[in-house]
Amino acid sequence: MKTIVQHRLFWPIAALIVLIIVNTIARPSFISITVQNGQLYGPLIDILRNSAPLMLVALGMTLVIATRGIDLSVGAIMAVSGAVALTIIQGSSDPNGLGTVLIAIVAGVLVALVLGVWNGFLVSVVGIQPIIATLVLMLAGRGIALLITGGFITTINSEPYRFMAQGYVFGFPFALYVSVAAVVVVSLIERRTALGVLTEAVGINPEASRLAGVRSRGIIWAAYAVSGLLAGLAGILYSSNIMAADANAAGLYIELDAILAVVLGGTSLMGGKFSLAGTVVGVFTIQTLKSTITFLGVPPAVSPLFLAIVVVIVVLVQSQRLRDVSNRISQSLRNRRANSEVAS
Amino acid sequence: MPADTEVPPVEMPPVEKPVVEMRGITIEFPGVKALANVDFTLRAGEVHTLMGENGAGKSTLIKALTGVYAIDSGTITVGGQVREFSGTADAQAAGISTVYQEVNLCTNLSVGENVMLGHEVRTAGRINWKATHREAARHLENLGVFIDTRSQLSSHSIAVQQLVAISRAMVTDSTVLVLDEPTSSLDRSEVEQLFGVIRDLRDRGVAILFVTHFLDQVYEISDRLTVLRNGTLVGEYPAAGLARGTLISLMIGRELDELDALSRSAVRPIDRDAQPVFSATDLGRKGMLEPADVSVYDGEVVGIAGLLGSGRTELVRLMYGADRPDTGSIEVRGDAAKITTPRHAIDHRIAFSSEDRRAEGIIGDLTVAENIVIGIQAKRGWLRKVGKAEQATVVAEYIAALGVRPADPNRLVRNLSGGNQQKVLLARWLATAPQLIILDEPTRGIDVGAKADIQRKVAELASQGLSVVFISSELEEVLRIAQRVIVMRDRRKIGELVSHDIEVGDLIDFIAQDHDKAETPENVA
Repeated sequence: MKTIVQHRLFWPIAALIVLIIVNTIARPSFISITVQNGQLYGPLIDILRNSAPLMLVALGMTLVIATRGIDLSVGAIMAVSGAVALTIIQGSSDPNGLGTVLIAIVAGVLVALVLGVWNGFLVSVVGIQPIIATLVLMLAGRGIALLITGGFITTINSEPYRFMAQGYVFGFPFALYVSVAAVVVVSLIERRTALGVLTEAVGINPEASRLAGVRSRGIIWAAYAVSGLLAGLAGILYSSNIMAADANAAGLYIELDAILAVVLGGTSLMGGKFSLAGTVVGVFTIQTLKSTITFLGVPPAVSPLFLAIVVVIVVLVQSQRLRDVSNRISQSLRNRRANSEVAS
Repeated sequence: MPADTEVPPVEMPPVEKPVVEMRGITIEFPGVKALANVDFTLRAGEVHTLMGENGAGKSTLIKALTGVYAIDSGTITVGGQVREFSGTADAQAAGISTVYQEVNLCTNLSVGENVMLGHEVRTAGRINWKATHREAARHLENLGVFIDTRSQLSSHSIAVQQLVAISRAMVTDSTVLVLDEPTSSLDRSEVEQLFGVIRDLRDRGVAILFVTHFLDQVYEISDRLTVLRNGTLVGEYPAAGLARGTLISLMIGRELDELDALSRSAVRPIDRDAQPVFSATDLGRKGMLEPADVSVYDGEVVGIAGLLGSGRTELVRLMYGADRPDTGSIEVRGDAAKITTPRHAIDHRIAFSSEDRRAEGIIGDLTVAENIVIGIQAKRGWLRKVGKAEQATVVAEYIAALGVRPADPNRLVRNLSGGNQQKVLLARWLATAPQLIILDEPTRGIDVGAKADIQRKVAELASQGLSVVFISSELEEVLRIAQRVIVMRDRRKIGELVSHDIEVGDLIDFIAQDHDKAETPENVA
């Protein structure tokens, strides 16, 4: 039992389970899953489907944070990749053609990769602080997206594109496959090669890593590039969900959710050791929380406050220091009680 | 002068009663005793200099006195009262002020605001800036500083900023002033000005604790010296009666260990007619190191001797490409080599273990095993991961060969003692099969057992053909292990000595010689 409690994913998972239980008690239909036309429906399925963009962004964010950095530009990059993809589809003669859609998606993701590489260049080569370096694109990115869409919200009709976010395969939403695939591929690359441990080394002690011969510049650069690439894919999913490229609304504030998911998953903002599994749990926690708000009928006006309160509670529960303090207090209370019993 | 001259007990001149008495101070950090049972006495109206090499415990002692560190045992008495400091504020309340090497003032505020910060003159609850600046000017003039108190602090030189910091200390009526390496970034005339102020304060009865690495300044300003070594007290001496060479040997110390077998290492013949493994010509960098020549032959241990700040670390950092040299050329086995980054050096099978184990050596939150294989891994690149089985074999081999304790590859390396961390670092580099390994202070701050293990291993590897550059503050250690010693002083190479010809005393004399007429008694290069 003790070893389970000490596992670093214990508290993140416990928080997620508590959230699900609270929801289920409030409305038992929360965990119901129905089958219609061979496709699964239900609040939990929605959470899995809707969490896909955040999952992609948070995976990239995990790697960036592991190098002691941060990527604020992910939301703006989502807007750019969606704008690129939709503009291509809109401008093509065959918006329903599979080829057109594939080209559009690849182009959108590639542009996002270029933006990620730019971030990485600013941080690892030029040496600008990550928060400032990525702030550049956070602000400029939406301008670029507006430029691409010509200042309008681009809307399209394209069945293959709609499939990205809204389609089903073997009963599950296609977006879920995308996010599972991303988790698996990133985990394999990080843990089956040495990239993961080298990233951690750079995050824990950059100078010692440099002297040990680790190419820290390349590793930091790669983290931002991957973050950009995944944000681009997230932008495709997001725009596919609404079938529109909205330069101002796409991925708005997603960087904050992603950072929160990483932290909830137990990866320190100080860099170093990271946990992709923890990030996955963190993403589900945030997505569950968001659907809780709609599910419980929390008025929109107070929903940010509600979200904030729950997040504070979750973070406090996970805080090692707070647990130490509460242990100490309960210990001293126990001692005092024991002493007073002896005295009487 | 033989180095083992014991300093005769000298009658201390009668002085004022002590302002600060520290008795039996012990401070432990995980795995290392930073201070062990150290006594220190500071009297009113004296300049008392704390001496010792890096890791001797000087800064730990200062931090105990100024309330930065809590002491594990011992007592601190200030002004006749036993005190327990739980923070710097407590120490300041007891009249102890500190001026650090890096001036910790608010450079964006005016001089007057800095001097009076927290002690502004108030009229009816509001700050009276006019009176505050007048008061600040008065304190500055007391120290002979006449500057506009409304000018911004950053517009003045570091020297003036330091005087401002001292004035600030005087505002709080400090009886004890701690000056932690205040002169390290000052030029000669600024040092003179600072010393004038220090003498003035001393004459007014302030007790001054001074730390510096510059021997000349020690003799210029000090009334008394306390020497620390490896966290223990060596002794307290009046500055006037202590010869320079004696002071150096007191600081460096001598450990009579059981390593007789190693003495053979120094006399092992080296074939210097063959091509050197590594040779550098005119290697230097402006402001860091005057151009110097270095060569290392197969199986040779080259020691580098010199005090802290002599340029010994700078020299090896340039050899490894940890810093980029701006003059000179390097040849590896006769071929011209470009070494401007650590990667270049590693590609030429050169390894380097930094003197700063914590900041530049270990990767604290990784395990022992990960710390050992990261050298091989970095060399291979990220795509070819060192497999589990291979990692286990390599790690087990080096843990056994170097005697890492505890022998648990999955323990986080930051939880190991300093000596075992050093062994892990040695393992990291040996696993990459280098032809030249540069060890900067590999034995500093570690216990005697681990020290002996590392010395033995270095001698053994060299006898098998590995070339080694070995830096140590302990000259005996250098002379015992190295066949040849490069002597550094004031950021330049002042000579090369063959180690079996000389004693520690000769080496100390050579370092202490007037550097302008320093000659190389025997140049082997």
